Amino acid sequence: MLKKTLNYLDRSSSILPELIAIALAFLISAIILLITGYQPIRAFAALFRGAFGSKFAVGQTLTQATPILFTSLSFLLAFRSGIFNIGIEGQFLIGAFAAAVVGSSITGLPPIIHVIISLALGGLFGALWGFIPALLKIFTGASEVITTMMMSYIASHLTSYLVNYRFKAPGWVAQTNPVQPSAILVKILPPTQLSVSFLISLGFSLLVFYFLFKTYLGYQVCAVGLNPTAAENRGISVHSRILMAFLLSAFVAGVGGAGEVLGVHGRFVEGFSPGYGWDGIAVSLVGRLHPFGCIIASILFGMLRAGGMSMTRSTKVPLDISLIIQSLVIILVAAPSFIKFVILRRKN
Amino acid sequence: MNEALALYGFTKYFPGVLANDHIDLTINQGEIHGLLGENGAGKSVLMSTLYGLYRPDAGKVFIRGQEVTIHSPAQAITLGIGMVHQHFTLVENMTVWENIILGKELCRGFILDKNRIISELQQLLDKTGFEIDLNARIYELPIGLQQRVEILKILYRGADILIFDEPTAVLTPQEVDQLFKTFRQLVQNGKTIIFISHKLKEIFCICDRVTVLRRGKKIGTLAIDEATPESLAEMMVGRKVLFSFEKLKASQSETILSVKELSLSGGKKHQNLHNVNFDIHTYEILGVAGVEGNGQTELVEILVGLQKPQKGKILYQKEDITHFPPKKRILMGISHIPEDRPKRGMVPDFSVKDNLILGFEDLPPFKRGLISRNEVAINQFSQTKIQEFDIATPDENTLIKNLSGGNQQKVVLARELSRDVKLAIASQPTRGLDIAASEYVRNKLIDLKNNGSGILLVSADLDEIRSISDRVIVLYEGQIIGELAPDADEYQYGLLMGGTAC
Repeated sequence: MLKKTLNYLDRSSSILPELIAIALAFLISAIILLITGYQPIRAFAALFRGAFGSKFAVGQTLTQATPILFTSLSFLLAFRSGIFNIGIEGQFLIGAFAAAVVGSSITGLPPIIHVIISLALGGLFGALWGFIPALLKIFTGASEVITTMMMSYIASHLTSYLVNYRFKAPGWVAQTNPVQPSAILVKILPPTQLSVSFLISLGFSLLVFYFLFKTYLGYQVCAVGLNPTAAENRGISVHSRILMAFLLSAFVAGVGGAGEVLGVHGRFVEGFSPGYGWDGIAVSLVGRLHPFGCIIASILFGMLRAGGMSMTRSTKVPLDISLIIQSLVIILVAAPSFIKFVILRRKN
Repeated sequence: MNEALALYGFTKYFPGVLANDHIDLTINQGEIHGLLGENGAGKSVLMSTLYGLYRPDAGKVFIRGQEVTIHSPAQAITLGIGMVHQHFTLVENMTVWENIILGKELCRGFILDKNRIISELQQLLDKTGFEIDLNARIYELPIGLQQRVEILKILYRGADILIFDEPTAVLTPQEVDQLFKTFRQLVQNGKTIIFISHKLKEIFCICDRVTVLRRGKKIGTLAIDEATPESLAEMMVGRKVLFSFEKLKASQSETILSVKELSLSGGKKHQNLHNVNFDIHTYEILGVAGVEGNGQTELVEILVGLQKPQKGKILYQKEDITHFPPKKRILMGISHIPEDRPKRGMVPDFSVKDNLILGFEDLPPFKRGLISRNEVAINQFSQTKIQEFDIATPDENTLIKNLSGGNQQKVVLARELSRDVKLAIASQPTRGLDIAASEYVRNKLIDLKNNGSGILLVSADLDEIRSISDRVIVLYEGQIIGELAPDADEYQYGLLMGGTAC
């Protein structure tokens, strides 16, 4: 199934299909705008201005791209080993929450150390959230599609509970105490929210690329994903490589969550993620399951998000239109491969 | 005799390839005509073009003396030509009768006239002597019976000339026998059969006449009693082909592998093994003969460490390796050429070079530092192997699935023989390969043996086993039922393989 999906995605090295899909998505959105009584050209102009019309706009775009880049890398890591990790949202939230707790409760650490510890613990807690479905998969054969999704709901409700009771900061809002200044990720393009977290996500793209294509471990992960029988025949431990990819995947998701807390919000706020984990799945497919493709696809989606918000402010076009464009891009680019993937999976 | 079909100057170009070069071919009414050639000789292209799947670039087609041009399979069918493809075109969830009538449904108004359909099909079955449950669903049927449904489909449409494109490739030996029986029944019913194959044995078993193609050209047509395996092989390959191999006897040889009282039980999906004992020596090829499914796969999996036996011991160079994992065995010099190459032997979506290092990727020189790949060493190694094993590939970065079966097997061999091999376990090493590639693989195994390795050769091809083994054991229902000399007569082999001890 992975094989078939990759085949489908790698069929041509040209990005023409993606460009056509994006153009089509805009065209259909224009029609929707016209029908609902807005002016498409003006709306799109506002969207582009909001996405990269100014330094501020670029900052907003990259801020929005950052968490999606983390989650798309996360999806891709597991997927390469043949694992369909769709519980990234949960791993992301758990990582974010862990980072918020560590970042706010520990005091007196030098800034760099505190940041590293908070990010690492975010990653480790994310990995822990992936460890459970990984074990279930390896020892009982339980489908990770079900288990990761369920773990994701648990994470969502668990963090919600914790932030409303045990870890609630004084006040009316369901949020934790702010993290210590020593744990804050430096903003790199004030006044935008863009922080070092974006650079870290780029770094992770490089790491994931290096791991998958330049190390023997990544080679083994890919071999297991493409043909577990042959890999086993040649002495590669299929289970250990699935476990490795699963844990790394969940770790990256956790770091992504931590990055949001330390870089953007400064604390864990209930409902701060509009579904970054779910976006990651689609963005990963739009990025053709390649770490560098994910960078480009994340920035595209960051553009649509940031530009969409700005469009709403300046033209009164509802944010929903921007969401519609995003969804159309996903449907037109990723859905055929996604649907194939699901069908092939059923067959197996 | 009447001509059922005649082609004159039939030519088909593909970009860069002349797939069929002015081919003349006559097929007589009521004969079984073999179309023989190596992979890529143009057999399938010729028949697919005839069937209307491609347009010919030149040439004439006569059917029963009438010149015709065929534009589409639908038209071929109305002219009485039917084709059974290697890969079936059946709807798995539908019943046999539904599949047969699909595309030519008998209706009363908008409603299927099921009674009439069934009775018509029953007549067809009675006439041809076929046995099949019309109400069975396709996925419930073994491959052999699914193929029979394909045949019924084209008979139902009134085909007189039936083309079979390598129909035996997907069948077990028993199913092949059954198919050949079907061929004879069809001929008795007045049908004409064109049988595409690259297996000499099958051609001799069933055909009346045979036409040999090589690199798109027709080499000749022979009546089967004028042909010999040697002459046909030479026509196919273009040079003399070895069928018998010189067997050197080693002066000193010692035991390298001892299998003692091996048993495997509790299998629902697999054949059990009962008290299997044998030794393999250096400078020796031990053949394992037997009808497939009598424990060969299980035996090999135990030897390479993919399955654990309930009882018994495996001694390799006097060391007990029964519980060693596969990797450790590989590193000890046990190499494995697995059956079912695309599934077990290679990663089809990996490049040639990545397949060449599969299993060695974590060892120097392919690993540099803690976890990094040494790209330079990997490229160098693969370029050397591509030369040494004469692998036909554009370069080492080509995906292995784009190579021919013979070249894929060369990649597997190159990998498996790249380290110091003391024991090689070769399972169906020439399955699906054409004659030239098979000869290559057998020669490699013999070279390996002459250099002092021990080899276990499992093969469903009895001729292969007898031609290169030094000793042969026969497996039947998970037991070694006997040992024979390679030159023992075929009848004795037949008896043992059928479960009758001598």
